[in-house]
Amino acid sequence: MASRKVGRRRFVAGTAALSTAMVAAPFVRGAYAAGKLSLGLWDHWVPGANKTSEALIKEWAAKEKVDVTIDYITSQGNKLLLTTAAESQAKSGHDVLAFSTWLPARYADQLVSMNDIMEPLIKENGAVNGTVEYLGKVGGKWLAVPATIGSQLKGPCSRIDMLKQHAGIDIQAMYPVGGPPKAENWNLDTFMKAAEACHKAGATFGIGLGNTSDSVDTAGAIFHSFGAQLVNAKGDITVKSDNVRKALDYYKRLMSFLPDDAPAWDDASNNKWLVSGKGALIMNPPSAWAVAKRDAPKVAEQCWSHGFPAGPAGRFGPFLPFFWGTWTFSKNQSAAKSLMVFLSQKSAAEQLVAASGGYDLPAFANFTTFKTWAEEGPPTGTLYHYPNPYNHQTLSIAAAPAPHKIAEQIYTQAIQTQMVVRHFKGEAMDRTLDWAAKEIEGFSRN
Amino acid sequence: MADIAAPSSIATMGDRRSSLHKLMQRKSTIAFLMALPLILLILILVAYPAGYAVYLATLNKGMTRFVGFGNFEFLFGRDTFWLVVYQSCLFAITAVIFKAIIGFVVAHFVHNIPSKGQRKWRGMLLVPWVIPPAMSTLAWLWLFDPSYSAINYLLAPLGIDRIPWTGEAGWARFSVILVNVWIGAPFFMIMYLAALKSVPDQLYEAAAIDGATWWQRIWYVTLPMMRNIIAITALFSLIVTFANFDIVRVLTAGGPLNSTHIFGTWAFRVGIEGGDIPLGASVSLFMVPILAVAAAFILRDITKRGSEV
Repeated sequence: MASRKVGRRRFVAGTAALSTAMVAAPFVRGAYAAGKLSLGLWDHWVPGANKTSEALIKEWAAKEKVDVTIDYITSQGNKLLLTTAAESQAKSGHDVLAFSTWLPARYADQLVSMNDIMEPLIKENGAVNGTVEYLGKVGGKWLAVPATIGSQLKGPCSRIDMLKQHAGIDIQAMYPVGGPPKAENWNLDTFMKAAEACHKAGATFGIGLGNTSDSVDTAGAIFHSFGAQLVNAKGDITVKSDNVRKALDYYKRLMSFLPDDAPAWDDASNNKWLVSGKGALIMNPPSAWAVAKRDAPKVAEQCWSHGFPAGPAGRFGPFLPFFWGTWTFSKNQSAAKSLMVFLSQKSAAEQLVAASGGYDLPAFANFTTFKTWAEEGPPTGTLYHYPNPYNHQTLSIAAAPAPHKIAEQIYTQAIQTQMVVRHFKGEAMDRTLDWAAKEIEGFSRN
Repeated sequence: MADIAAPSSIATMGDRRSSLHKLMQRKSTIAFLMALPLILLILILVAYPAGYAVYLATLNKGMTRFVGFGNFEFLFGRDTFWLVVYQSCLFAITAVIFKAIIGFVVAHFVHNIPSKGQRKWRGMLLVPWVIPPAMSTLAWLWLFDPSYSAINYLLAPLGIDRIPWTGEAGWARFSVILVNVWIGAPFFMIMYLAALKSVPDQLYEAAAIDGATWWQRIWYVTLPMMRNIIAITALFSLIVTFANFDIVRVLTAGGPLNSTHIFGTWAFRVGIEGGDIPLGASVSLFMVPILAVAAAFILRDITKRGSEV
């Protein structure tokens, strides 16, 4: 092959000519003029729910002329968590990623501020609850946008027949469809009596005390109901307080009416408990009811989602939001924000809620009365009170209001459920509190 | 390895080209080139992550500054860490002992089966080892299910009360060790079987002529002849068992009350789930010196015996 020598002069001249041609070329608005956008979204467990989000995103992409690719990443086996950690380390990844509960705060330094879109969204859609603000906004900066997809409230899901028969509680009358709750007497004392009565009748409440999220969330809400904080907002360890002692005492009594193997329960155990027809109550979003609808319709017909019992410090329901965030190294931040705004519109949120059968829960105050929750069944209206439409309870998360780095460790290491089980198994209260204080002391390191 | 020069059919070519050609013709060069893909794989998938883990273990929680051995100092002051050390040792040592005993006994049984049907048995006994552990552990999880245990269901007619397989610390530890033994014993069995087959029959015949009992034959012939393979198998299994993750993760996730956490699962809990990656890296690296010491002792013993022979 004949070779041709390229000298320095020829190379410089050629490069200059090419650069001039490129700069002078007219801008052509192509099909994907606004660039590319890669999304890593939570893989929904409800069949068909991903299709709705995909259709919405494609609708936006066509309008905005963006070339979108979507990866649905499962949270099974912590896949989504691992992906997030890997992208953070590699400083490369999706332009929009679904961040579970604690992750926006964990990656605060690597996330783009969303203040410019959150403020108008709150004006338009109503305020977000305190838990979303605690988890998603750090030091005045919105780290991510609360996502409808995957956000959930783990309140009680009770058996109408069993509560009526064994505990004399008409849960439908207490939480009627189309009206505000009449649940003044639905408090922790009533709850304990109902738990005891149902346990004696062989319809034990299915509340776990393991180290997974469902168990921790319930424990967190009950601790909040007593005003029991393990660490306060300033980061001081407040384990050895009267309120924590009261919460532990209460839980110790309650635990004697829960399944013997509650310390070994994982997030699937309460679902199985409900579907088996054994239990009168579990703490879960409507996923357990949805599975019952498919596998045990007779059980599903008797299920009713409602609010948490109130304690001395108030009524708290465990809320686990998902967020959509954008890394600082994302290449198309403006398109990412535009998509998040689109997905946070009322019509999009309503479609996503419908596609999830009412499971997904938008964080904005004006989005709690979609018809899906009123119409889903059987029994019709079983989900009406699931989104907390009357602000009847304070949506909370276990370990709040501790600084995020401490709270996340308290949550993931299930310190509260471990305290309950240790105390229940005979460990003296002071020893349990000492143990917890020492563990938390370790979480406070920088 | 001896390097052999190629026949000099290219002697007329230039010196540089000729020496390159000679280099390419050397056995050591060819061996290196053939091993190169594997070396690269090991560098990328083993050496780099290991080095990166060491680097991470020297950073503070926020990964913003170098703290040297600070993470290890912190760990040494934590009760939970020592609980994990205790459990990891208990888990690995108990499991390896039982795997070795069961493997040894079963290998003898299989060795005594006539060669015609032996293949079938060998194949069947290897099944637990060839199934991916995460999958077989899932089956065990259902057998041990807190509320619907199939084993408890079978025990109930015998009047045995419900056993909290994963609900009580003692039973949970027993369960994870049991599953590890179930999965790992076939590996010991097949290694021991291979070793048994290599013991010369003449030794047993001589022992029989000397009037050795069954036990004496095992003690004075079989065990000394299998010593090296027993040591290597135990070492290999100890390393793999110490580094286990899937069985505990699937079966108990470290619970109840952290009573089944081992290094791998606790490192994951602290590092990935809890967001403290440097501390998680430190936990996972803690087993390196333990295993290095164990490996040094066992390998030294094998080398010594090798040189005696």
